[in-house]
Amino acid sequence: MGLKFTLKDIQEETRLIRFRVYTAALIIILLVMVLIGRLFYLQVIRHDHFITLSQSNRVKVLPIPPIRGLIFSRDGILVADNQPSFSLELIPEQIESLDKTIDELSELMEIDEESINRFKKLRRAKRRFESIPLKFKLSEYEVARFSVERHRFPGVEVVARPYRNYPEKSGLVHVLGYVGRIDEKELQRIDESDYLGTSHIGKLGVEKAYEDVLHGHVGHQQVEVNAQGRIIRVLERTPPEPGQNIHLTLDYSLQTAATNIMQGRRGSIVAIDPNNGDILALVSSPAYDPNPFVNGIDSKSYKALLSAKDTPLINRALNGKYPPGSTIKPFLGIAALTSGLREGSDTTWCKGWYSLKGHSHRYRDWKKTGHGHVDLNYAIMQSCDVYYYTLAHDLGITRLNKALTNFGFGNKTGIDIGGESSGLAPSIEWKRRALNQPWYPGETLIAGIGQGYVLATPLQLATATAALANQGKRVIPRLANKTSDPISGEITTLPIATPANVGDYNKEDWDYIIQAMEDVVHGARGTARRSGAKAAYKFAGKTGTAQVAGIGQDEKYDKENVPEHLRDHALFIAFAPVEAPVIALAIIVENGGGGSSTAAPMARQLLDHYLLDESGNLK
Amino acid sequence: MIHFEQQSLSQRLHLDVPLCFGLLVLCGLGLMVLYSAGGEDIGILIRQATRMAAAFLLMFLVAQLPPAVIERWSLWVFLIGIAMLAAVLWVGHVGKGAQRWLDLGFFRFQPSELMKLAVPMVVAWYLSHKTLPPNLGNIFIVGLMIMVPVGLIAKQPDLGTSLLVATAGLAVLFISGMRWKFIMAFAALCSLCAPLLWHFMHDYQKRRVLTLFNPEQDPLGAGYHIIQSMIAIGSGGFYGKGWLNGTQSHLEFLPERSTDFIFAVYCEEFGLMGVLLLLTIYLFIIARGLYIEMNAQQTYGKLLAAALTLTFFVYVFVNMSMVTGQLPVVGVPLPLISHGGTSMLTLMLAFGILMSIQTHRRILSD
Repeated sequence: MGLKFTLKDIQEETRLIRFRVYTAALIIILLVMVLIGRLFYLQVIRHDHFITLSQSNRVKVLPIPPIRGLIFSRDGILVADNQPSFSLELIPEQIESLDKTIDELSELMEIDEESINRFKKLRRAKRRFESIPLKFKLSEYEVARFSVERHRFPGVEVVARPYRNYPEKSGLVHVLGYVGRIDEKELQRIDESDYLGTSHIGKLGVEKAYEDVLHGHVGHQQVEVNAQGRIIRVLERTPPEPGQNIHLTLDYSLQTAATNIMQGRRGSIVAIDPNNGDILALVSSPAYDPNPFVNGIDSKSYKALLSAKDTPLINRALNGKYPPGSTIKPFLGIAALTSGLREGSDTTWCKGWYSLKGHSHRYRDWKKTGHGHVDLNYAIMQSCDVYYYTLAHDLGITRLNKALTNFGFGNKTGIDIGGESSGLAPSIEWKRRALNQPWYPGETLIAGIGQGYVLATPLQLATATAALANQGKRVIPRLANKTSDPISGEITTLPIATPANVGDYNKEDWDYIIQAMEDVVHGARGTARRSGAKAAYKFAGKTGTAQVAGIGQDEKYDKENVPEHLRDHALFIAFAPVEAPVIALAIIVENGGGGSSTAAPMARQLLDHYLLDESGNLK
Repeated sequence: MIHFEQQSLSQRLHLDVPLCFGLLVLCGLGLMVLYSAGGEDIGILIRQATRMAAAFLLMFLVAQLPPAVIERWSLWVFLIGIAMLAAVLWVGHVGKGAQRWLDLGFFRFQPSELMKLAVPMVVAWYLSHKTLPPNLGNIFIVGLMIMVPVGLIAKQPDLGTSLLVATAGLAVLFISGMRWKFIMAFAALCSLCAPLLWHFMHDYQKRRVLTLFNPEQDPLGAGYHIIQSMIAIGSGGFYGKGWLNGTQSHLEFLPERSTDFIFAVYCEEFGLMGVLLLLTIYLFIIARGLYIEMNAQQTYGKLLAAALTLTFFVYVFVNMSMVTGQLPVVGVPLPLISHGGTSMLTLMLAFGILMSIQTHRRILSD
């Protein structure tokens, strides 16, 4: 009986198990259907989506940044190049504790807070296996110290990368400007795809103006990458197009001489070739070293530059607005002759001061005793103010304004690097618009001697002088005239823009004015006769002494006792040789005293430098 | 007469011909995929083929053992397994951040793999001596038999294997006719315990689970496997890109492509058609396993055969689900396709047991 029960039990169990197996089989079939459904979804319904993903997955395009073009001076001196510089870079993937590593590294070399913050910002944007710079421009000492301890720092390495370098340091900063890291505003302006892989961009000066030329075009390499984006192999490579080299119009030798002459002074020198507008020298003093700006200047040094009393960051040549003083006289003189308002021989009686009818205010001449009977030639040669008060009064502000704007005053010169100021050629409309005030006749008088509202940049003054030297043919100043291909060496000449000429003036009138300017330098009574003595060539010039502080009606300007920053600005414009000018220049020395005593001798030195060879003969 | 002799030959070798056929086809396909997934490295192929041969030999040897012997050994195998798991925790070889290996000098051994067989064996052995369906007391004992090794394995930590071991034990319980009300209660208990389990999970395990729900959240980190795997599968389409032409795998986008994620390579190269073929082979093997269960004469054989077959299916299902992004990434290889020896040995041992159960039947009638 027991056996029978057991047997029955087994049958029952078999039935039970079999039922469960059927159930399991059913579950299996259901689950397999789910699997097939999922695979059908992925492989059939979403196939197009995934095939696209898999295509874009395997090939990556990586940018190869181009090498930035070099900058040469007219005489072939390299003034901006790319130099390998050592930077300390970290690969987060290979470093156990970044904070600890940075701490230990800062024991070896100085690593400031800013660098660390920048590093952390960069880190978020990059992959773990990508190298991220921590410190730029390591000194040789720092490289050596690190190399000794290197075994302690897996994942940290010293990398050499090309960085922009300005060997002239402060010498050319106001010409070249500098490059710096691309900021967000610039990102919106540039063609981002062309700047993939490029970290720096021209911020100022030639570097900024000729950015398109200097930058070149990005290259690409198509690479196969794996999951983490590591390159497995390069499929195709389109090399980058290196940036074109820029050839400046700047004469390195003259520029250096001009820089030296301005050493320790505040002011500016601009020299132009009147034949084509090529800028031969452009100095703004003081200057600063652009090299620290390339990789981001530290805020302390930057603040020091910003707050420096003599404002080295300001480009005085382009943005310094100075009263042109008496240097304005030749420009008004030609207007007087051509308008028929004056004959060259017409004289004005100079008694040392001038007053408007019905006014008691005396407009003083620089010569208290007066010049006596003065014609235009004498007025320019001796810089008679009373003659010009009278002339300005007769011209009126509207014609005076026209006379100035004809030479480019009050407007941008159109220099290729841009960033210049317009200066100011005042007019009735301007005063009403800007100051909401009427024009007073007295203001015309002081405008007639280049004071009051009249403001000009050194660049404007030099450009106007070039037009004078050209007898009316104006030029647009430029700092670069050629580009060259770094590979083929092929040279491309940049086109010269030709502006409208300075109105219709008579040849005799030009000759008269230029003769007067020549007499300034070479005449027996010229204000700059000392500077013109024994010159191997003839040159024409005009001195200027611009008042900085107003002087009361009965006060006397006392050179010795006036604080330095209130002293007059010394100005001088000149061109040479008179017969066939090849150089026109403007010099402004802030608070330098008299134009004839300070600025004119500097001009003579520079002209000699440019025109004469070593033995003192004309080149 | 001839028919009888043929049957007796396979009976005498204790080999189940249909099962052998299915396994051989599967292994052949596996080698083919591995050649592609392994970067067309003939060395990998030879090593894998060698392991396969060894595994087949082991299966053949196990098949010679009568089921009664296996039944008698069940408890001892289980106890030795537990001892080894404890030893691994004590002096285990640290591999891939987890202690799983036991270095026996000449042979590195993963005791958790052994438990995939030992647990269903011991549960089947225990239940075959009780009346079925098991009562609550028996279920409790079986629960302990499962929980102890599972806990030890989870502690290594190897969540994937511990879950598979638990599955194998629970499969026996299910086949043994555990009442539905108990099953429901158990399921309810599990869902209650889930938050507790979450609490004990390692960070990487939590990340894997979270990744499943939103792989795009961390496309280069934890979600990367799944995204790349789905790209591989989806881009394969219906016909596939062709053998050796899978870009995802050949361009090294796909991680673990010769081991856990080999199914993605297969899908990419052979498409949905290939998947259907592969599933057919697997289902054939599973069907044969269930057929063997139905022919088994002893309760132990029935329970074990069914449980091993179900576990085999679970491997297939979990691997495929994980690769297609339906389950968290747990280290479950695709049976007999994935590169690697340990899991293959375990599987072939299981098939050896199945063959033993099938070929040692006493024929009651002709």
